[in-house]
Amino acid sequence: MASFNPESSNGRYAIEAKDLNLYYGDFRAVKDANMKLERNKITAIIGPSGCGKSTILRSLNRMNELIPIYHATGEVIFNGININDADIDPVEVRRHIGMVFQKPNPFPKSIYENIAWGARKVTQYKGKMDDLVEHSLRQAALWDEVKDILDQSGLALSGGQQQRLCIARALAVKPNVILMDEPASALDPIATLRIEELIQELKENYTIIIVTHNMQQAARASDFTAFFNMDDDRAGYLVEYDVTSKVFTNPEKRLTEDYISGRFG
Amino acid sequence: MSAVPDIEISRTTEAEVDHFAEAEILSKRHAVGKIWRVVFASSTLVGIIALTALLLNIINSAFGYVAFENTIQPEQLAISGVSIEEMSREDLVIVLGNHVSQGLMRRFEDEMPWEERTREDVYDLVQERVVKPTTVAQWSLYQSLFKVDEIRQEIAEKYRGADVIFKSWITVDFITSPQSSNALIAGVRTAILGSLWTILIAISFSFPIGVGAAIYLQEYAKDNFINRIIQTNLNNLAGVPSIIYGILGLALFVRTLNQFTSGAVFGYADPMTANGRTILSAGLTLGLLILPLIIINAQEAIKAVPNSLREASYGMGATRWQTVWNHVLPSALPGILTGTILAISRAIGETAPLVVVGASTFITFDPTGPFSKFTTLPIQIYQWTSRPQDVFRNIAAGAIIVLLVMLLSMNAFAVLLRNRYSRRI
Repeated sequence: MASFNPESSNGRYAIEAKDLNLYYGDFRAVKDANMKLERNKITAIIGPSGCGKSTILRSLNRMNELIPIYHATGEVIFNGININDADIDPVEVRRHIGMVFQKPNPFPKSIYENIAWGARKVTQYKGKMDDLVEHSLRQAALWDEVKDILDQSGLALSGGQQQRLCIARALAVKPNVILMDEPASALDPIATLRIEELIQELKENYTIIIVTHNMQQAARASDFTAFFNMDDDRAGYLVEYDVTSKVFTNPEKRLTEDYISGRFG
Repeated sequence: MSAVPDIEISRTTEAEVDHFAEAEILSKRHAVGKIWRVVFASSTLVGIIALTALLLNIINSAFGYVAFENTIQPEQLAISGVSIEEMSREDLVIVLGNHVSQGLMRRFEDEMPWEERTREDVYDLVQERVVKPTTVAQWSLYQSLFKVDEIRQEIAEKYRGADVIFKSWITVDFITSPQSSNALIAGVRTAILGSLWTILIAISFSFPIGVGAAIYLQEYAKDNFINRIIQTNLNNLAGVPSIIYGILGLALFVRTLNQFTSGAVFGYADPMTANGRTILSAGLTLGLLILPLIIINAQEAIKAVPNSLREASYGMGATRWQTVWNHVLPSALPGILTGTILAISRAIGETAPLVVVGASTFITFDPTGPFSKFTTLPIQIYQWTSRPQDVFRNIAAGAIIVLLVMLLSMNAFAVLLRNRYSRRI
């Protein structure tokens, strides 16, 4: 079985999608997506509802395969390996490409256990667990708020804190890439801002791909923006993909301009 | 993008609104609501009346005046002024020896030597074999409370020599005494122990299998034709009449697996139970009966675990087994336990399948293990109510109360368990 070597990950692109087509049964949800996602950058995926933003995000770590009728064709190259290959174990993929979800979903365990569980069971971390927990929580800018209540349930935290706990939990298994599926859509503006600041700090060490409904968020917080739209056959397709400042100030396509100026979507 | 189309909205001026008509419509809407409210309330009322009638009926039989006659008055058994209540064990043995045959004394001695018996044990034997109280009449609680004069009159006319006491048919003695053909000293200990044994076997058989099957069907099985058929059949099996399970148990455990259920393969040979009509057969039959219930309940509990929890686990690279064992099962556990206890409550009350499997209707000795003959509480109640003597109806009522208390405490335990585990999350 092919395995991933994070040390070898020094190319320019963290993930490349080649001719990616994603299906739910007979329905094609995303067609012919080709993207090269830059390492240690934040890439935002925007587009109207139903254009397949989440589907493409979840295809990047094979999360979507939990849906029985889903299948994908085309390649997703991660560290030189096509993770869509039949002999690649999706469990291994997800361990290297972590995920943060729309609704904060901490485990119904203590804050400490939320972080420690993945390290213990997934990466079988052998070092000092206390240090790892502190490090992960510090990385997620949550340590100061929870250092005295580590044994309390993760569900007792506020929504924004829960989402940062989920980010810390994802960091604890030391992934290369973190996929974020509208991570701030369930949060208030202040909590949203904190998440955005956090993402900026995290890009030092991680490649971040974020799906967002919020165009201001994409403009504020991302380096690259990919705009997807829904075609007449309801399949999503990539309209434009470029540096964020270019997409938002001087897009090449008329459709992109219409969308970001709020004329549809 | 098109602009918002101009839609003509017809505006009604204040003057045009017919306030009177609106008020009328409103009161009509409320009236319909009220009718349905009465319908729903009366449905509830019918249920409450039925339940109350049941409970009153049981309680009515479980207490009341009893007239009984002793074959030998206890006073006549006194030795030099000491009544049998105050006698020592040795003297009681002498009293017993004076009044029953030597053969019977030897049988008692064989069952358990006199030195090992407690004083109470010997006293009970004296009561049962020598004093031999027999009821001649008994009255319901209602009669005992409100028609005392009539009872007095009746006793004076018909039962002149009888002792009359107000008796609660459910007492500590009733719970701790074994079955007896004499209603006054019969108890339900044998039946309670039989019920507990069968339930224990049923649950240790069907809980692991049921939860295992539920996990497989819910977390592993693909949604294909075969699995859908299995699912439909499971739902149907939960509704199959229990007597069918009794026949299955008879064919499978009593007949086919005779050597196993009678304990012969384990070197346990008791000619009385060698036909396989044992606690083990009964427990396994009840286990089969509640298996679909446990599977369905556990499936529901597993289904109720939010998908976001599974996604969280898979999303960080956990395997399916890690996800199930560490996240899904702990969250589903309160629901699984509640469902299991409700299934057990059902099994405790089952009578028909056990009659078919071969519950003994009359045994006086306690079950000693899975290969013993057995009776259970519902069987005992059934047997007592079908006796011709009225007095057995009273002890049946007592046994029903014991059964109800057992069921209620199990359900209360289920609620406690659920609250406890849900709070932990």
